Amino acid sequence: MKIKGALENYVFVLPAVTIFSIFYVIPFIWVFQLGLFEWDGISFTKVFVGLANFKEIFFQDREWWHSMWNAGYITLIALTFQNILAFMLAWACDREIKMKNFYRVIFFIPPVLSEVVVGMAWRFIINDIDGANIINRMLIGIGLPQLAHNWLSDPQTALTTVGIVHCWKGFGWGFLIFLAGLQTIPRELYEAARVDGASAWQSFKRITLPLMIPVMVLVAILTVLGTMQVFVLIVSLVGGEFAGHTSVPVLRILASMRGSSRFGYACAQGVTFGMVLIIISFIQYRFSKKGQ
Amino acid sequence: MLFKNLFLGTFILFSVLGCSGQKTSSKPTINIWHWMTDRDPAFQELAKKYEALTGVKVNFELYAPSDAYSQKIRAAAQGTNLPDIFGILGEKRDFASFIRAGHILDLTSYMEEDNSKWKNSFFAKALAVNEFSPQNSYGIESGIYGVPIDIMTIQMVYNKKLFSQLGLNPNRPPKTLKEFLAIGPKIQEAGLQGLVSGWGEVWMVDCLANNYAFNIMGKDKVLATIRGEVPYTDPDWIRVFTVFKEMKESGVLAQGLVTMINKSAEQLFANEKAVFAFNGSWCVNVYKGMNPDLEYGSMLPPAASDKYPMSIWGGAGSSFMVNARSKNKEEAVKFLAWLTGQDQQAYLAAETNNLPANKNSLSKIPEVLAQFARGMDYATHPNVWGVSEFSLVIEAFDRGIQSIIIGEKTPEQVAAEVQKVKERELAKRKAR
Repeated sequence: MKIKGALENYVFVLPAVTIFSIFYVIPFIWVFQLGLFEWDGISFTKVFVGLANFKEIFFQDREWWHSMWNAGYITLIALTFQNILAFMLAWACDREIKMKNFYRVIFFIPPVLSEVVVGMAWRFIINDIDGANIINRMLIGIGLPQLAHNWLSDPQTALTTVGIVHCWKGFGWGFLIFLAGLQTIPRELYEAARVDGASAWQSFKRITLPLMIPVMVLVAILTVLGTMQVFVLIVSLVGGEFAGHTSVPVLRILASMRGSSRFGYACAQGVTFGMVLIIISFIQYRFSKKGQ
Repeated sequence: MLFKNLFLGTFILFSVLGCSGQKTSSKPTINIWHWMTDRDPAFQELAKKYEALTGVKVNFELYAPSDAYSQKIRAAAQGTNLPDIFGILGEKRDFASFIRAGHILDLTSYMEEDNSKWKNSFFAKALAVNEFSPQNSYGIESGIYGVPIDIMTIQMVYNKKLFSQLGLNPNRPPKTLKEFLAIGPKIQEAGLQGLVSGWGEVWMVDCLANNYAFNIMGKDKVLATIRGEVPYTDPDWIRVFTVFKEMKESGVLAQGLVTMINKSAEQLFANEKAVFAFNGSWCVNVYKGMNPDLEYGSMLPPAASDKYPMSIWGGAGSSFMVNARSKNKEEAVKFLAWLTGQDQQAYLAAETNNLPANKNSLSKIPEVLAQFARGMDYATHPNVWGVSEFSLVIEAFDRGIQSIIIGEKTPEQVAAEVQKVKERELAKRKAR
């Protein structure tokens, strides 16, 4: 009877395990296996090189780690600026304000737009020779002409500009998840706090923030995973890696595949990148458990 | 009764299905995969003509953009599902990999039939891109492995109206780098943009830099560098890098050039905001679509030295290969021979403003396109050099030039960095 019950449980999870294995586990193992070969992606013969590709990534490929650093920088902007903005807007829309449904729709438009469209549109807004140059005109208009320059072609500002455009594109997802999380907090808690004389700030600090921690962790994990993999936006904004200033891991993987025809190496890069993302997500998850 | 009806029904069903399966056609269908959005309507029209002529159906399938097409071809090669005819986008080493894997038919014997009639109809430089010479460094058996559909050259174009506006002779573009650089301050003063190009997608930077390398040190020294016999820190290479520094300092380059995509560059030139553009012969069609009244001419990049002639990249614009595993390969070759015939090439040139690969079809093309065609006399291409530079070296080289243009690095620094990558790659190759 006990065995039958256990078997029944396994049968229930079998479809999910099968799908997960076919579409995630097996490809990951396969990609890892390809990472052990020198292969141009076309020939039928592959040369086994063991862990040489991984060794090259870890000890020689400075460009790879530079691209990881760039992606980390954009992720940091997204984790702070994007998520704080998303949370503040969700908090505002959770309250009784006029036209809150209208705002909800507006805030959710950027995430549903294609990254290419967003990149081209922002390129038009920012760029000063083939675009409308709106940002620079505004800066000149408010008396800050010294700040006006070509934001995308300056190595000092290119990556930050990409990061900010990425935040504009992505904050809607965070907004939606934060809003859903805020709506699950029982209103009675706020009413009871108000009766006890708690100020709005105290309610926010003692009720909203602690109850929103799991949601924040979820949004943070999704932000890290989504932002580290950014590349379409970069291609449409600055055309590519811009002397290495806007190179990110996915662009490096593509360069290994298409530029160098080193499919084995690209697979090794993909596996390394995947492992880094898994480790970051795991650390975030552990921290959130500890926090709770 | 029920069993009888069921049996009868099943019998009729299988008979009908069986009959439908026996319907066969004696003429094969040739499947072609391509990425050329601008040429697709003309291809479809030619396919109809060919079917009317021979009864052979030709199915052109468009997969754009070119990146997606490239991935599709590679995936199909891995699964041996390539169509009868396809094109390869990439470097010569990719082409060699496809041949080595047995995906591409050697067309030499077909080309040489009838006293090489088919072979001789092409521009020699267009065919050279698809040729592997004896004892080539890729280890491929010598032969012709592709059919050029059109040719291209990558040159500079200048706006004649803006030239007049700047007080320059619109019929005399700058011939030397000195003359070119002298125009920079005038462009700045007039509030115009100088040279525009898709240098965000680095390969075009590479192209112009190689033009100057040929001009400054000659072909032999460039190829010796690729073979690892001359370092990138050689004064001639530093001079090549310095050309870009001088261009930047003179103001002859457009702002934001290093992050510019070619489409933006084309818009700027077509909208008469930029005086010069560095672009391929395909731009004639693009500019025509964007601004039919644009007055412009083509020119060779202004020479930095009189020691060696200026070279430009050119040769086969796009080529088709025949799948060596295709059961329709004979029909596929026949179709390609027809497609590259004089009338079909003239039709393609007229419809798409691309330069025909068949040299007998050049008679009725617009003047600016003819100027690009004349550039074939100066054309060369990495695919005909017989040796390939390491892709990581090319990357370091192109990025280095971007860094020089934004004032981040000096030519000497870039040369040292490129050489470092080169030595690392040479050491890796030696270790293998």
